[in-house]
Amino acid sequence: MTALEVKNVTFSYDNVTPVLENINITLNKGELVCLLGVSGGGKTTLFNVIAGLNRPQQGQVLLNGEDITGSTGKISYMLQKDMLLPFRTVVDNVALPLILRGVPKRRARQTAGSHFAQFGIEGTQKQYPAELSGGMRQRAAMLRTYLFSGEAALLDEPFSALDTLTKSEMHRWYLRVMDEIKLSTIFITHDIDEAILLSDRIYLLGGKPGTITDEIVIREPKPRQEDFNLTEDFLRYKKLIISKIR
Amino acid sequence: MNEKLRSIINKTLLPVAALLIVLGVWYVVCESGSVPQFLLPSPQAVWQAFLKDRQLLMKHARVTLTETFIGLFFGIIIGFLSAVVMDRFSIVRKMLYPLIIITQTIPTVAIAPLLVLWLGYKMLPKIVLIVLIVFFPIAIGLLEGFQSVDADTVNLMRSMGAKRLQIFRIVKMPSALGHFFSGLKISVSYAVVGAVLAEWLGGTEGLGCYMTRVRKAYAYDKMFAVIILISVISLLMIWLTDMLQKSLMPWEKVNKKRRLPT
Repeated sequence: MTALEVKNVTFSYDNVTPVLENINITLNKGELVCLLGVSGGGKTTLFNVIAGLNRPQQGQVLLNGEDITGSTGKISYMLQKDMLLPFRTVVDNVALPLILRGVPKRRARQTAGSHFAQFGIEGTQKQYPAELSGGMRQRAAMLRTYLFSGEAALLDEPFSALDTLTKSEMHRWYLRVMDEIKLSTIFITHDIDEAILLSDRIYLLGGKPGTITDEIVIREPKPRQEDFNLTEDFLRYKKLIISKIR
Repeated sequence: MNEKLRSIINKTLLPVAALLIVLGVWYVVCESGSVPQFLLPSPQAVWQAFLKDRQLLMKHARVTLTETFIGLFFGIIIGFLSAVVMDRFSIVRKMLYPLIIITQTIPTVAIAPLLVLWLGYKMLPKIVLIVLIVFFPIAIGLLEGFQSVDADTVNLMRSMGAKRLQIFRIVKMPSALGHFFSGLKISVSYAVVGAVLAEWLGGTEGLGCYMTRVRKAYAYDKMFAVIILISVISLLMIWLTDMLQKSLMPWEKVNKKRRLPT
């Protein structure tokens, strides 16, 4: 079952030089797809188009077969910065998408609070974001993203601001949570290891204007075996990707 | 505990000590007779003048405070509305902003007599003057607060399907609260001073009028008493603003204590 489909999308900010050209992406239900490419290659622009913040000159974005091109509020979006509002408690931050949808405050808090344990942030409900560590804040931001839309999520380098140790801990946490909630996700990264470790498929985005240059399927069981990133298989994937990027 | 003790010493004991030293020097200078009593009344003389005139002082203080609060109320409302409009419509901002700055370069002392001339000797000119004084720090503070909101955060809210009004209420308004209170603290202290200033120039009631009268009577002990009373009122107003800010922005306490890198 296809969750999200990006069809022949071409986008330009000034109608002259295209930033993205003829992009085709499919995201299946419960799948985790990575968008790998150099910085400034139009990855974030593509996300803005999919999220409905920018309208493409050509092409369509389909969610469960329905045309949602240029309309916001359908697909959830998470950035590298957690963007938790410093003046709201963690639970009020997380419940924000529900409140925006018109859910009464008390119910929104309850719904949000019921996921805290699953996302590993139990007990932080009444704290302010500044009291949490970077990793915990990303988890809260992740839960907010999930409550926003369980249909499909766009994650724009969500872990790139974390230190290496926190990052690998977050990867384990992320795979475990994803295994439970089965959220269809497109994930932007410029970190090849992260892409191989987390995703089912990898799209390589390159060139100017940005096009999808290749697609690589990672045929590995999920959850990944312990120390997958130290195995021969992992290295083979990595060599393949590096050769394709060049 | 140790930290708490240090904070008490730094925040309370040291300023109080400085104040006592000033009072002490003042007392000694007066007692030694090196300055004539009619030029600089001693602290006790000021205190006695205050006690003797306290009912009269309270009556005038009530008038001044009424003017201050009415002026603050309208000043804040007008300041808020203009900040919202300037934030929403950039053309209005571009037109009004320089104009507002220019109006602020005109000294209050220069406008006050004009206002009295135009609006009479009752409360109105005083209130209008306070509104003019209060309006500026509030409008500029709030506008800066609104504009300082992170564009990515607004984008995220938009991607969640938030309407303009929701973004204003949920992101912009709370983000600007800190700026608002910085402006308000300036405003409240200036508002009291502004009221007194306007009362100097005409009218029959208020601390400013009282001040003019005792000055003309060369009653410097009463003069000092009323000056100190005005300072105390201003300080109380600032303190009240502080308390209000603390209760409206509970997150500030936590965020100040721990600023973790994002």
